[in-house]
Amino acid sequence: MIQFDAVHKRFPNGTTAVHDLTLEMPEGGVTVLVGTSGCGKTTTLRMINRMVEPTSGTIRVGGRDVTRQDAAELRRSIGYVIQQAGLFPHRTVLDNIATVPLLLGWNRKKARARAAELLETVGLTADAGRRYPHQLSGGQQQRVGVARALAADPPVLLMDEPFGAVDPVVRAQLQDELLRLQQELSKTIVFVTHDIDEAVRLGDQIAVFRTGGHLVQCASPAELLARPADDFVADFLGAERGLKLLSLKTLADVPRGPAPEGGVWTLVLDEANRPLHWASKETEIPLRPLKDTDSLLAALDESVASPTGLIVRVDADGVLTGVSSRDDIHEHAGRAHTQARVAA
Amino acid sequence: MYELFKNLADWLTSGASWSGSDGIAHRLAEHLQYSLLATLIAAAIGLPIGLLIGHTGKGAFVAINLSSFGRALPTVGLVVLVFLAGGLSMLPVYVALVALAVPAIVTNTYAGMTAVDPDVRDAARGQGMRGHQVLFQVELPLALPLIMTGLRLALIQVVATATIAAYVSFGGLGRYVFDGLAQRDLVQVLGGAVLVAVVAIALDLLLSGLQRLLFRHRTA
Repeated sequence: MIQFDAVHKRFPNGTTAVHDLTLEMPEGGVTVLVGTSGCGKTTTLRMINRMVEPTSGTIRVGGRDVTRQDAAELRRSIGYVIQQAGLFPHRTVLDNIATVPLLLGWNRKKARARAAELLETVGLTADAGRRYPHQLSGGQQQRVGVARALAADPPVLLMDEPFGAVDPVVRAQLQDELLRLQQELSKTIVFVTHDIDEAVRLGDQIAVFRTGGHLVQCASPAELLARPADDFVADFLGAERGLKLLSLKTLADVPRGPAPEGGVWTLVLDEANRPLHWASKETEIPLRPLKDTDSLLAALDESVASPTGLIVRVDADGVLTGVSSRDDIHEHAGRAHTQARVAA
Repeated sequence: MYELFKNLADWLTSGASWSGSDGIAHRLAEHLQYSLLATLIAAAIGLPIGLLIGHTGKGAFVAINLSSFGRALPTVGLVVLVFLAGGLSMLPVYVALVALAVPAIVTNTYAGMTAVDPDVRDAARGQGMRGHQVLFQVELPLALPLIMTGLRLALIQVVATATIAAYVSFGGLGRYVFDGLAQRDLVQVLGGAVLVAVVAIALDLLLSGLQRLLFRHRTA
C-alpha cells in the first residue's frame, strides 16, 4: 500500500505542483491519476520513487517513509515505466530488461535468464531480445519498458503515461496485456494518464486532479462516472459519461432467448453451431458474436448495427448460447445506472 | 615546376632519405610520439572536465568560453612564451599542443553529454542507478561517438601543428620544413609539408573508420 499524508510540493520557481495531498493507493490495485496537464499527477507519481522530493508531508510505501530510505535502493525496489519507454539505445533489449537485476548484483547469467523469461511474459519473441531498441516498433518498445520495470519482481509499479505515444490500436492491445498481467501478478500499480477512457478501463480507483495540484475526487470508475463530485470532474469525464459507465458492466446478467425463426432475417450457423452472419433473401449482414465478459456498451453498439436489433451471444468457444433483444439491453443498462448512483 | 615535383618524388622514395637518425622514418616516429603524448595529456585534462560539466549541467558557460579562448591562442606565440619563461625543453611544445587540443575535446565531450536523451537519463535514475552509474553506464557510452570525434579532431590538429617542435630545435617532421627553409631547399620543405598532411589524413581516415566500426549498431 502507498500512503500520501498531507503531501505538498512547491518547485523552486514558486509553482505549487501538489497541494496538501492525502491519498491511499491500495495494495494489489491499480490507481489511475488523471487530470489536465500541469495538474500535478506526474509529480505525485515521481514523488513515490523520489525522482521528486516532497516539500512537506510523508509518503509511505509498504509502511516505510520513502525519504528515510536510500533513493537508489528505493528505486530498485519500485518498477518505473515512462512515456517513450526511455530504453537504453546502446544496450540490447535483453540487457535493457536485465538493468535492475544487474544493479542488485545478480550475476549476468541469472539476470539474462530472468530477462528472457520476461520477454515472453510481455509477449515478445526471443529474437527481439537480441535486437537494439531502435529496431523495434513503438509498441514493442513499450513492452520492453514494462518488462524492464518488472525484472526484479517489485511489488509496486509506477507508470507515467506509458501508452501515450502509441497509436490507438496498439494502445488498446497494451491495455489488454496490462490487465492480463495484473490478473497474474497483482502489483500495486500507480498509472498516470490524461486519457479518461484509459483510466476507466484500467483503474480500480481513479484520482482526478485539478490544475494547482488539488485532488478533486478519488473513487472507483463506476462511482466516478455515476456521481462526479463537481462540474470539473463531470467535464473531465466528458459528455458520454453514461456510455462509459456501460463499458464497465458486463453482459452476463442480461437474459437471453432462442434465436428467432421464420422472420425476414435468419441467423446462419456453421456446423459447430457457431454464428456466421444474418441472412435475408437478398443479402447477408456480418455480426459480432458477444461473450458474457463483453461490456454492455459493446452490446448496445452491436444491437444498433444488427438488422434485427438482436445481439448474438456465444460461450468461450464461440458456440451460440442465445440472443438478447435491444430492450433487454436497454433495461439492463438503465438498471446499471440507477444501481451505480444508489450504491455510490 | 615539373623538376620540383620530380625531385620531391625522388626524395620521398629514396631509401637514403628514410633511414638514419634524421631519416623520414625516425622523424615520423618522433612526430607521432609528440602528437600522441600531447593528445593523451589533453584527453586526461579535457575528458573529465567535459564529462563533469555534462553530467552535472554546471559550469558549462565558463568551460565552453575558456575553451574558445584556448582555441584563439596563437600556438607559436605560446611556444615562445613558455620557452622564455621556462627555458629550452620540450615543455613549451607540449604546453602549446595540449592547449590546442583541450578545447576540441572539452566541447565535443560536453556536446555528446548534452545530446543524451533526457528520457533515457531519467529512466536510468528511475531504475535506481547512482550518479556514477548513470555517468559510466549510460551517459558516457551514449556520448562516446561525439567524444571520439573530439579526440580525432584534436589529434589531427596536433599532428598538423607538431611541426613547431622543430622551431625550438627538436625533432619531428617539422625538421624538414624548418631546415629546408634555412637551407633554401624547397624540396625538403615541400616534402615535410606533404608528409605532415599525409599523416594527418591517414589518421583521420583510420579513426573515422574505427568509429564507424564501433558504432555500427547506433542510429544516426
